Amino acid sequence: MYRYIVRRLLWAIVMFIAVTMITYVIFYVIPADPAVLAAGRSARPADVIRVRHYLGLDHSVPYQYGLFLKRLVIDRNLGRSFVNRRPVNSMIGEAAPVTASLVIGGAILWMILATPIGVLSALRPRSLLDRMAMVFVLIGISMPVVWIGLVLQYSIGFKWGVLPNAGYCDVINPPPGADCGGPVDWFQHMILPWTTFAILFTAIYVRMIRSNVMDTLGEDYVRTARAKGAPEPRVMTKHVLRNAMLPVVTMLGMDIAIALGGAVFTEYIFGLPGLGRLAVQSLFNFDLPTIMGVVVFSTMCIIIFNLFVDILYAFIDPRIRLE
Amino acid sequence: MTNLAMVDAARASSGEALLDVRDLRTYFHTDDGVVGAVDGVSFTVQPGKTLGIVGESGCGKSVTNLTIMGLYPKTALVSGQALFRGEDLLKATPKRLREVRGAEIAMIFQDPMTSLNPVHRIGDQLVEAVVLHKDVTHSQARGRALEAMNEVGIPQAARRLDDYPHQFSGGMRQRVMIAMALINNPSVLIADEPTTALDVTTQAQILALMANLQQEYGTAIVMITHDLGVVAEIADDIVVMYAGRVVEYGGVDELFERPQHPYTWGLLGSLPRLGTEVERLEQIPGQPPSLLLPPWGCRFNTRCPYAFGRCRQQDPRLMPSGGSNEHLQACFLDEDTKAAEAAKTLAAAVA
Amino acid sequence: MNDDHILQVDGLQKYFPVTRGIILQKQIASVKAVDGITFNVRRGETLGVVGESGCGKSTMARCIMRLLDPTGGTIVFDGRDITRLSRSEMRPVRRDMMMIFQDPYASLNPRKRVGFIVGEPLLIHEKQSEDAMKRRVQELLEVVGLNPEHYNRFPHEFSGGQRQRIGIARALAVSPKLIVCDEPVSALDVSVQAQILNLLKDLQHDFDLTYVFIAHDLNVVRYISDRVMVMYLGKMAEFANGPDLYAAPRHPYTGALLSAVPIPDPKLGRARQQIVLEGDVPNPINPPSGCVFHPRCPRFHEGVCDVEDPPVASFGHGHEAKCFYPLERWPLTAEEMRRRPSSQVAAEAAVPS
Repeated sequence: MYRYIVRRLLWAIVMFIAVTMITYVIFYVIPADPAVLAAGRSARPADVIRVRHYLGLDHSVPYQYGLFLKRLVIDRNLGRSFVNRRPVNSMIGEAAPVTASLVIGGAILWMILATPIGVLSALRPRSLLDRMAMVFVLIGISMPVVWIGLVLQYSIGFKWGVLPNAGYCDVINPPPGADCGGPVDWFQHMILPWTTFAILFTAIYVRMIRSNVMDTLGEDYVRTARAKGAPEPRVMTKHVLRNAMLPVVTMLGMDIAIALGGAVFTEYIFGLPGLGRLAVQSLFNFDLPTIMGVVVFSTMCIIIFNLFVDILYAFIDPRIRLE
Repeated sequence: MTNLAMVDAARASSGEALLDVRDLRTYFHTDDGVVGAVDGVSFTVQPGKTLGIVGESGCGKSVTNLTIMGLYPKTALVSGQALFRGEDLLKATPKRLREVRGAEIAMIFQDPMTSLNPVHRIGDQLVEAVVLHKDVTHSQARGRALEAMNEVGIPQAARRLDDYPHQFSGGMRQRVMIAMALINNPSVLIADEPTTALDVTTQAQILALMANLQQEYGTAIVMITHDLGVVAEIADDIVVMYAGRVVEYGGVDELFERPQHPYTWGLLGSLPRLGTEVERLEQIPGQPPSLLLPPWGCRFNTRCPYAFGRCRQQDPRLMPSGGSNEHLQACFLDEDTKAAEAAKTLAAAVA
Repeated sequence: MNDDHILQVDGLQKYFPVTRGIILQKQIASVKAVDGITFNVRRGETLGVVGESGCGKSTMARCIMRLLDPTGGTIVFDGRDITRLSRSEMRPVRRDMMMIFQDPYASLNPRKRVGFIVGEPLLIHEKQSEDAMKRRVQELLEVVGLNPEHYNRFPHEFSGGQRQRIGIARALAVSPKLIVCDEPVSALDVSVQAQILNLLKDLQHDFDLTYVFIAHDLNVVRYISDRVMVMYLGKMAEFANGPDLYAAPRHPYTGALLSAVPIPDPKLGRARQQIVLEGDVPNPINPPSGCVFHPRCPRFHEGVCDVEDPPVASFGHGHEAKCFYPLERWPLTAEEMRRRPSSQVAAEAAVPS
C-alpha cells in the first residue's frame, strides 16, 4: 500500500514537471511578444526593451523556466502578473474559492439528481420513467453549456427576474464596496450557474449509474443475498449500490478535479471571477506568470485529487487493497 | 391419470413429503414470444433424503428451483403448487417467502467465485444470514458463524472470518457457501450445480462434506446437476428432465439398473467411462429444442432414435414402468423394447 | 531423436516473474507454471494430458505452440528444434500445428462470418483464389458435420457444439500434422460432448492426425487417449498407456484422482472406498519443497518426500511415475496407502529402467 502511494507521488512530480515545461514551451512558440503588450500601445522600441528587461524576458527560455521552478518550489511564489504586477498567488487565491463553490456545489447537485434517477431507471428498465430519463440524458449531453447558461440567464434571470443573472457574492467576507455579500446572496447568485454547470454531468452520470446498477443487479451475489431471505431495501443498499457506485467514485473524483481547473464557460457567462475567467483573460494578455499560475494550480489539484480518489478506492474495494 | 396423480400414487408409500412440487409451470415473456421453461414438473423431496435433478443446459432444472424459492422475475407466469410442509410457497406473501428463504429452505449456486459479495467480509456475510432470521446479538451471530465455518472444515476459521472472498480458493469458497446455507439449520438445501466449477478432488471433498452434514443434521438435499456420476454417488431419488419436463423419475438404483426412457439411455450411453473400453460413444443427434416452439407431442421426438407416429402427436404421460410403481417415465415404447434397450445400455457400460 | 516422434519435449520450463519495486521493477519470485516436463508424442497417436487447475497443462500447451516463450528446456517438432525460433521462422511451422480451444463462445470472432473464420488460415498460409478458398471452406464445413450453406452466418447463430465444430474446421484448414486440443469439450453438454469426441476420433482416422488432448475430465481422457500424462503443480506425476494408467496407477495422486471421479453406477460407487485428499492445490508461486505433492499425499514420509525431487520410477511399457513410494497395487484405500512399504519393496516393484 505504501509502495503504491510513494510510486504515485513520484509519478506526480514527473507529470508536474512535464506539464509546466510543455506550457512554458508552448507559450514561447506562439509568435507574440508579451513585452509589447505589457508596454502599451504608445510604447517606443526603447520602452519595449526596458519592459522586456524588467519582466525578465531577455533571458533564455530554459533560464526563465529554471527561475520559475526555483521560485515556485523554494519561495512558493508564482511571480507577478505581466499586466498588473499583482502577485499571482493572490490572484489565484481570490479566484480559486469562486471556482470551488461552483464546482463542488455543482457536483453535489448533480449527484443528488443523478443517483435516484439512475437507480430508478435501472430498477424499471423500459418503463415510462426510464424512457423519459434517457431522453433527458440525450438532451443534457447534446445541449451546449453556453446555450443552457444563456437561456437560463435570460429566462429566469432577466425575464422572470426570480434569480440574479450574474455576479458573484462572497460568502464570508464581502470586500468593502461590494454590492452584495453573505451566505444568502451567495447562494442565490450561484443557483443558475450550478444548474448550468450540472446539467451535462447529471446526464452523463444518470447513464453511468443506470448501467452500473443494471449490471450489478444481475450479479450472482445479489441472487445469494435474496436467497438468504434479505428484504429488497437491504439488498439494494448493502449489496447492489455498495458495488455499483464504486466506479462512480473514481469518475467523480476525476471530473471534479478537471472542473476545478476552470469551469470556463459557466464562469464567463455568469461573470464569476473564477479560475476559468482568469485563465482566459491571461491568455488573451499573454500574461505568462498568471497562465503558469493557473496551470500549476490546476495540475496540482488534479494530481492531488486523483491520488486521493485512488487511495479512497483502495479503502472501499478490498480487492485492490491487498495487492 | 394425470402426471400429478401418478407422482402422488408413487410417493404415497414413502410417507410425508417435505417438499411437494405439483405440476409446476414457469413461462417467460421474451421479445420473441412465450418460453415454457418449466412445463408441468412434479416431484417430492423426502426429509433427510437427497433428490437429484439431472438434465442438460436449458432443460429447466435451475428455473424449477428458482421458481420454488420465489426468485423468478416478476414478469414470469407461474402456476402449479410447491407445498413445503403443506404450505404453498407459490402463493405465499413476499414476507413469508423471505422468512423461508435462508432459514427453512436454503440454496447454494454454481459459481462460488461470484456468489459472494466481494466487498464484504466473509464473517459479515455469514452474520447477515443469521440476523436476517433470528433475533440475536451481533456477537451471538458471530459465534454461530464461527461454528459454521468449523463445521465445514475451514482451517483457522477465527482468523478467516475477517477475510474477503477473494482471499479464499474455489473449494473454500464453496464451503463458505455451504456454511452460510446451513447456518440456520434449514430442512431443505437446494444445491444448483455446486461442484461443476470445481476440480475433481475438490468436488470429492465437497460431496463428502454434504453427505456428512446430511447425516448429522438430517437436511434434505436437492442436487441439481448435469453429471450422472454425481447423482449416482449422492442421490436417493432421481428426476431426469428434458426440455422443461420430467421424463423419468425413480430411485437411484432402480433408474441406473433399469433406465426406461430413450433420453436416459442416450445420456448413460454418451458418457465415457473409466472402467470400459468403448470404440465409439453413443451420441444423441441434434440439439435440445427451442422452448419457444417446442416439438409437438413428446418433446424428445426430434432426437429420439425410437420415435414413431404417436410420439409426434401425443404427449406421453408419466407412467409407472419396469414393474415398479415407484419408477415413472414418460415414453410410449412398449415394455419389452424398453427392457431390451435398458439391458443393452448397461451391457455397454460395464463391458 | 526418434523419427517416430512428432513432438519431443525435454525439461520444459515456463516461469512467470513476479516483480516488485517503486520505480524499477525487480523480480522477487516466479510462478513456476511448468517446471521440468519431459515427454514425447508419437505420430498418429493421442496423448492425453490430465490434471487439475494450476497444474500447468494449458501453459504447457501454449509453450508447445510457441504462443509463449519457454523459460527453459527444448521443444522439437517434426525433427526441428522450435524452442527459440523467431516469429518469422515459426510462421511456416505453424501450419503444421494447430489448436482447438475450450470456450466455443470466446474463441470465434463474433464480428466475422464463419466462412472467413474457417478460411483465415488458408489466407495466411496458402495464397489461393477466392473461389478455391470458398470451395475448401465448404468442404471443411461438411467434414465437421455442418451445413456448407451456412458459410455466411455469424458465430452467434450457432449452438455451442456447432461452434466447436467451426473451431475444428478452422484447425483442419491447412492440413496440420498435430492438433493441440485445450479442453475442447469441457464447456459442452454431455450429449454434445459425445458428438464432438466421436468427430475428433473420426477425423484423426481420416486425416492421419496426431492429438495432444488436454482435459480435467478423466473419463473423457480415457476414452480418447492412447497414452496419458498426469500433471501436478507444473511437474509430471505419471505417464503411461491409457489402460495401464487406469487399471494400475502408480502415483498416489493418480490414485486419488481416479478415486475421486464420480461413477455413474450407484452400486459400484458405494462399493468403492474413496480417497479424499485434504487441503487445496497449493500455489505455484511457492511450491512445496521436494515432491510437490507431499503436503497432501497419504504416503508422505518425512525426511524423504519433502527433501528431494523424487526420481522417475519405471514400470515397463513406458509406464513412469515420479514417486519415492509408488503404489504397489490398485485399488487401494486411503488407509492402505498410508501403510507404505519400505523403499526396498517399492524399488522391487519398479522395473529397472
